Amino acid sequence: MPFWRRESATPFLLLTPAMLTMAFVVVFPLVFSMYTSFTGFRLTKPASLYDWVGFRNYARILSDPEFWIPFGRTVLFLTVVLNVEFLLGLGIALLINRITWGQRTLRTIMMFPMMFSPILVGFMFKFLFNDNIGIVNNALQSLGLSDGAIPWLVDGKLAFFSIAIAEVWMSTSVFAILLLAGLFAMPRDPLEAAKVDGCNAWQTFRHITLPFLMPFAYIAMAIRSLDVARAYDIVTVMTDGGPAGRTEILWTLIGRVGYDNSRMGMANAMAYVSTILSILFTWYFYRKLVAARRYMGGAQ
Amino acid sequence: MAEITLEKVVKKYGAVNVVHGIDLTIAHEEFVVLVGPSGCGKSTTLRMIAGLEDISGGIVRIGERVVNDLPPRKRNISMVFQNYALYPHMNVRENLGFGLKIAGEAPDSITKRVDEAADILGLTPLLDRTPAELSGGQRQRVAMGRAIVRRPEVFLFDEPLSNLDAKLRGQMRAEIKKLHQKVRTTVVYVTHDQVEAMTLADRIVVMKDGRIEQVGTPMEVFNHPRSTFVATFIGSPPMNLLPATIDGGAVRLADGTVVPVPERLRAFTRDGQKVTLGIRPDDISPVGHGLSQDGPGAEVGMVAELAEPLGMESLIYTRLAGQEVLAKLYGPRIVQPGEALIFRMALDRAHLFDAETGLSVRAD
Ligand SMILES: Nc1ncnc2c1ncn2[C@@H]1O[C@H](COP(=O)(O)OP(=O)(O)O)[C@@H](O)[C@H]1O
Ligand SMILES: [Mg+2]
Repeated sequence: MPFWRRESATPFLLLTPAMLTMAFVVVFPLVFSMYTSFTGFRLTKPASLYDWVGFRNYARILSDPEFWIPFGRTVLFLTVVLNVEFLLGLGIALLINRITWGQRTLRTIMMFPMMFSPILVGFMFKFLFNDNIGIVNNALQSLGLSDGAIPWLVDGKLAFFSIAIAEVWMSTSVFAILLLAGLFAMPRDPLEAAKVDGCNAWQTFRHITLPFLMPFAYIAMAIRSLDVARAYDIVTVMTDGGPAGRTEILWTLIGRVGYDNSRMGMANAMAYVSTILSILFTWYFYRKLVAARRYMGGAQ
Repeated sequence: MAEITLEKVVKKYGAVNVVHGIDLTIAHEEFVVLVGPSGCGKSTTLRMIAGLEDISGGIVRIGERVVNDLPPRKRNISMVFQNYALYPHMNVRENLGFGLKIAGEAPDSITKRVDEAADILGLTPLLDRTPAELSGGQRQRVAMGRAIVRRPEVFLFDEPLSNLDAKLRGQMRAEIKKLHQKVRTTVVYVTHDQVEAMTLADRIVVMKDGRIEQVGTPMEVFNHPRSTFVATFIGSPPMNLLPATIDGGAVRLADGTVVPVPERLRAFTRDGQKVTLGIRPDDISPVGHGLSQDGPGAEVGMVAELAEPLGMESLIYTRLAGQEVLAKLYGPRIVQPGEALIFRMALDRAHLFDAETGLSVRAD
């Protein structure tokens, strides 16, 4: 009897199509990109695919400020955006939790920014912050808060700030929704116990509500840290990493190196280093989440 | 001094009135139990005392102060909740010390007082665990510890034992009683369990539909129920109630059986009055097998339909005037279903209620 007719072979035979698909769309590209990161592969010279250079790409990256500055900027961007989104999302969730009428409608409206394509959000904010025709400058001037045209997307720091605003506008609702879910799930008893135990409103929030919400915040942060660490579209549309590379972040850099400069081997090496960043952030929030869940689970 | 006074206290949820003007004074260091069926407004009343629920009308005082508009933290109370309401993210030590920490107590004083409370309640080995790592009974203890550690003027309990199994409930009941003897404070305790009410209370407040039905010591409430509601709610198994008419100085039951009007109630009845005769199972027993052999009584013949032997006593299901009646036989004697027995009613312990109002005929 041939081996594929044996009963013990059946599960493997049945799994073969899935395995093949997986191999083709996941394993092969992964191995291939990993391989190219050890070559001097240039898109314009296919033969360079066989140009094995060992760890040279990685060695260059680790000593290259051209890489480390965008890397640091991405970490900073991530930190600023996540914190602002957390605080705003928390505020919005607390306010929406308070109202009794029109809550559903507001919850739906709140999700609108998430439904827009990031590219379009980028274009929208690019026009809002345009120094000549943008509504931001227009408003500031009309209100007499500024007399000149503020170069929102031209000055390095302001551009970073403008991009952060766009990112925050688009995704604060992720935090708001998850934290609101947390507030809905919050047991009322410990809050009342805290009131009886002598807490005023702020102390109740600080010692009871906030610790209860943190697992929900960590979920949002884990999701958003992956999102923001691979931010590309908004930045590309609004500043394309400019001016003079001052808003260059990891993935705009990688895109530029890989496709504009055709140095795909180097770009892939950068991508692998950046992936480690994402993994670290996610792992950090996941650990926090697990720790928080240990006491939250089954407490009542 | 923490006397609690409720004056015409009302609670409304929108148009729905759930507490209808309660008047009650709870003395300093008194243990008062609010008891009544589910939904009668016990928790609402307690929560108004705690400040967790707005007071729609009337006045609540703790000590000399009117507390209507004070938040809970300014009332110097502590409360034990039905679901314990522990802080899930704090360990037992932090749970116990939280109130003191908020009050700005010094850390070593907190440690000392938490250790003391933990000692009283046998929580010392559990201090480092989180609530998720405790059993129901242990959580219950932590909830009590959290209440006593702050040394408030008033303890409020909302059905603190209802989530425990029967055995643990009995133990904790005894511990609460001991605790009150050790830590003398005013206690308001809510329960739907009349056994808890009888065993714990200095005074019982029986509530029904947002009103107070009767207030009194456990013995007063048991021996002199003011209405058929109290009569059936307090005491287990519940009091038998038989419709009757006063006829020539006697109580005539629906089937014509006649028993004399109890001596002490004679002055309160008039001929032709429609009444309800109330008598506890303990006070109807086969002749020679009752609690009290002397005193005024009436003898009736009835057939035992079912008997539940409980060891030294048996509960007998029988029938009088077309109605099921519970009786008790004291002594280790087996009763066969269908056995005809002469029962003696201890009339000095029987009650008469007005059939219309359900109130005791005694005008008290
Ligand atoms: N938030 C609320 N809104 C409307 N009705 C309520 C609310 N809370 C309690 N009630 C009603 O008030 C009555 C008394 O409730 P409660 O005090 O909890 O009863 P219990 O004696 O069982 O503790 C019940 O009929 C309940 O349905
Ligand atoms: Mg209740």
